[in-house]
Amino acid sequence: MHIIIVGCGNVGSTLTQQLSSEGHNITIVDVDNRRMQNLVNNYDVMGVLGNGASFSVQSEAGVNNAHLLIAVTGSDEVNLLCCLIAKKTGGCHTIARVRNPIYNMEIGYIKEELGLSMVVNPELAAAQEMARLLKFPSAIAIGTFTKGRVEVVKYRVEAGSILCDQTLQQINSKLKADILICSVERGDQVFIPGGNFIIRERDEISIVGTQQKTVEFFKKMGVAVAAAKNVMIVGGGEIAFYLAKQLISMGIRVKIIEIDKERCMTLSELLPEAAVINGDGTDRDLLMQEGLIQTEAFVSLTNVDEENIMLSLFAKSLTKAKLITNVHRITYDEIIDSLDIGSVIYPKYLTAEYIIKYVRAMVNSLGSNIETLYRLNDNKVEALEFYVKKDSPVIGIPLQDLKIKPDILICAINHKGHITIPGGQSIISIGDTVIVVTTNTGLNDIRDILK
Amino acid sequence: MNFSIIRYILFRVLEFVALFLSLPCLLAVIYHEKAGFAFAAVMAVCIVVAEIGKQFKPKSNVFYAREGFVTVSLTWILLSVVGALPFYISREIPCFVDALYETVSGFTTTGATILSDVEHLSKSVQFWRLFTHWIGGMGMLVFIIAVLPLSGGYNMHLMRAESPGPSVGKLVPRVQATAKILYGIYIGITLLQIILLIAAGMSVYDSVVLSFSTMGTGGFGVLNSSIGSYSIVVQVIFTVFMILGGMNFNVYYLLLVARKPKEALKHEEARTYLMLILISSALIAWNIRGYYPNFALAFKDAAFQVASIGSSTGFSTTNFDLWPSFSKALLIVVMAIGACAGSTGGGFKVSRVMILWQDMKNELLRVVHPQIVKKPHLEGRAVEDETLRSIQSYLMIYLLICVISFLILSVDKYDFTTNLTAVMANINNTGPGLGAVGPVCNYGGYSALSKLVLMFDMITGRLELLPMLILFSPKTWKKF
Repeated sequence: MHIIIVGCGNVGSTLTQQLSSEGHNITIVDVDNRRMQNLVNNYDVMGVLGNGASFSVQSEAGVNNAHLLIAVTGSDEVNLLCCLIAKKTGGCHTIARVRNPIYNMEIGYIKEELGLSMVVNPELAAAQEMARLLKFPSAIAIGTFTKGRVEVVKYRVEAGSILCDQTLQQINSKLKADILICSVERGDQVFIPGGNFIIRERDEISIVGTQQKTVEFFKKMGVAVAAAKNVMIVGGGEIAFYLAKQLISMGIRVKIIEIDKERCMTLSELLPEAAVINGDGTDRDLLMQEGLIQTEAFVSLTNVDEENIMLSLFAKSLTKAKLITNVHRITYDEIIDSLDIGSVIYPKYLTAEYIIKYVRAMVNSLGSNIETLYRLNDNKVEALEFYVKKDSPVIGIPLQDLKIKPDILICAINHKGHITIPGGQSIISIGDTVIVVTTNTGLNDIRDILK
Repeated sequence: MNFSIIRYILFRVLEFVALFLSLPCLLAVIYHEKAGFAFAAVMAVCIVVAEIGKQFKPKSNVFYAREGFVTVSLTWILLSVVGALPFYISREIPCFVDALYETVSGFTTTGATILSDVEHLSKSVQFWRLFTHWIGGMGMLVFIIAVLPLSGGYNMHLMRAESPGPSVGKLVPRVQATAKILYGIYIGITLLQIILLIAAGMSVYDSVVLSFSTMGTGGFGVLNSSIGSYSIVVQVIFTVFMILGGMNFNVYYLLLVARKPKEALKHEEARTYLMLILISSALIAWNIRGYYPNFALAFKDAAFQVASIGSSTGFSTTNFDLWPSFSKALLIVVMAIGACAGSTGGGFKVSRVMILWQDMKNELLRVVHPQIVKKPHLEGRAVEDETLRSIQSYLMIYLLICVISFLILSVDKYDFTTNLTAVMANINNTGPGLGAVGPVCNYGGYSALSKLVLMFDMITGRLELLPMLILFSPKTWKKF
C-alpha cells in the first residue's frame, strides 16, 4: 500500500519504522531536512522536503496514487489541512492527529465534514489506557477493537470467586450482565466455551463487552474491581485533564498536583470535582502532606520523563499504590521496564499502535472482509471483525438457526455504532460489523463461519 | 565496520558475475570459438566460490554509509579482477595488467583501450569487452538490488554509493522498485537503439554490442576506426543515443513512467546539458568548417564528437586531434563538465557545475552586498548548505587526484598534452585524449605503473571519488 506520512516526529518515526517493515511503500514529508534525511537513511522510504499541507508537495509525494495519508505534525491545524487537501486531490483515506481538547470536543463533526477516516489524540489515548488500567488493576491485559467500542478484558479467576465451578449459563442467569466470556485459557489449553462450560479456579478468561457493561459485570461479580478509590496525579497537562475527567465520571476521587498557577485555575474550572493542588509535584513534603501514603493509585504525568520515573520509584518505596508512569520521549524501554515501576505508558507507541491497527484493517479489507484482526492467548485464538456485505448468507437469520462451525463464537454485533452481545434471537443485518472469536484460524469472510 | 555482511554481498556479486559470463560462453559455442573455455573456466570458479562463500551468513545486519562505500568500491575491484581473467586466460590480451586495464576501462564505461587492433579479437571476447560497459553504466549493485530482495534499509546505502550525482534520490519509495525502473528504462532504450541500428543496415552482432557500448556511455568499438566507417545515418543514430545515455534518467522516469511531460521538459540539468552540447557543436563546427566541403558535414562530425566527449562515451568518427586548438580545448572543457547526474555517463556532472557557477555568482554578489542572503538553486529548490559544501570539497579532491596522477604520469615518456588529457579522459570516464592517446591511438604505450594510476582514476571517477578514497583512510578499518 502507498502511504504518505506527514511529520517525522516521535510518532511519525515510529510509524515509518513499523509500516515500512510491514512492506508498505512509505513517503515521508517534513519541513525539517535533517529529521527527514535521518529516516530516509535508516529505512527504505522516500523523503519529500516541504510543508505537507501544500498541494504541490503532496503531489510530489504522490498523493494521487496513495491509499492513505497520515498527518502527525506538531500542529492540529496543519494536520487537518493536510488531510483535507489529500482527501480532495487524491481521494485517499486520511488519518490526522488532533490533540487540542477544543477540537476534540467537536471531533465527530470535524471528522464527518473533512471526510477523515480516523482521528487520533495521543493524550486522550494515553488517558483512556490509564483509566482502563486504574479500573481493573486485577485485569491482566486490556485490548480494544471495533475502533475502541468493544473491550476484551483478560482476568484470572481467583479462588473463591463467584465464577468458580459454574457453567457459563449459570453465571449468565446469576449475574445477568451483557457480556460474553469468549475464551478460557487453562494451563496450555485454550477453549471457546459453550453454555455448559464450567469455569475453574485459576482459569484466565477473556471477557468481551462494552466498557460500561464490563464494569457492571465486575461489580456484580463482587470482585473488588479495586477501581482505585482515589488517585493522585502529578502534572496537570492534557493527559491529566482527560484522565481526571474519565476517573471522575467513574466516581473516583482525583487529586492533581500542578506547578503552574494559571494551569491550576484552568483545571479547577474544567474539573470542579477534582482537588487541584498548586505546588511542585517533586517536593517530597508536599507529596506526604497531600497523602501519598494513603493513595491507592499514583500517576506521574509531568513533562519530564526522568522526573516521572523518579516519582514512581519514590511512590513505590513508600506505598502499595497502583503506579502508572508516562514516558513521552526516552527510548531506553528495556531499562525502564527493568525498574519494575508498574504500568508504563508510552503515548507515541499508543498512537502508532492505533494507526497501525487501522492500516492492517485497511490491508485486510482490500483482500477480504476482515476489518480487524486481534490475537488473544498467544495467537491461539483470533478475534476477527467482519464487515457484512449484502448477499451474505448470514443476513436476517436468527443466530440459533444458523449452522455455525464448532469453536466459533459470535461475540458482538455492531449495528451502526450500537453494540449488542448477541443471543439466539439476534440477527445480523447488511452493513453490520460482527466480532467473531475462534480457534479456527484463517477465516476470510463471515460466510466461512457456516458449516 | 561489519565485515561479515560486506563479505556476503561480495559473494553474491560473484554469483552475478557468473551469470553474466554465461552470455559470452553461449556466444563462443555459437561461433565455435576457443575463448569459450576461458569464460567457462572463470564462470565455474565463480559459481563454486560464490556457492561456498554464501553459506557463511552475515553475523549481523548492521549497515551504514561507510559499509555501503566500502562494499561498492570492493565490488568494483572484484569485478575488474574477475572480469579481466577471461581476456588473460584466452591469451587474447596476454599481459595481465593490460587485461585489467581493459576491464576497468570497460566497467567504468571509460572506453580507453590498450589494444592497437581490436578487429582481431574473437566475437565472444569482443562481446564481453563491450558488455562490461553496459553493466558498468547503470551499475552492478543497482542490478543486484533490482533483482534480489535484499532485506533491510541497507540497499539505499549501496545505491547511493554507486550511482553518480551530488544527491542521489529515489524515484519511488522503495529502493528495489527504483532500481527496477532504472534498469527497465535502460534496457528499453538499449533495445530501441539495437532495433534502429539493425534497421539502418548494421549487422545484428555489431548493433547489439555497440548499443551496449553507447548506452553505457562506454566507447569501446568493434572496428579500429571506431564509428568512422559506418554510414551517416548510423552516425546520427549514435549521436542521438550517446546524448540520451548522458541524460539524467529522472527525465525518462518523468516522461515514461510518471507521465509528467511538463516536468520532464522543465528539468534544468537536462536542458543545460543539451544547450551545452548544442552550443559547443555549433562553435566547433564553425571552427572546423574549412576542413569539410560544407557546413552540414562539419556540424555532423562536430556534433558527434561533442556528444561523444560530453556524454563521456569516447567514440570517434574522425581524428579530432588534427582539429584546430580552439576545438580541441573546447572538447576538453566539455569532457571535464561531463554528463548529467543520474546518467550512465561520467565527468564532473552538469548539475555540480551549475551549482558551483551560481555559488560563484553569489560570492561576487556578496562583495557588492555584504549582507545578502542567497543560495544556489537547482530544479526549483534551494541547494542545502551541506550539498554545496560537499560539491566544493568534491572539486578540491577531484583536482588533487588529477594533479597527483598527472605528476606520476609525467615520469613516463609522453609529452605534457598527452599526460594531461590521459588523466582527464580516464578520471572523467571518457576514453580518448589528445596527442599520443588521441582517438586513433591507444594507452598501450604507458608503463604498468601509469596504467595502475589510470585504473585507479577510472574507478575513482566512476564511483565519484569518495568510495575509493575511503578505502585508504585508516579510520575506515578501525572498529571504533
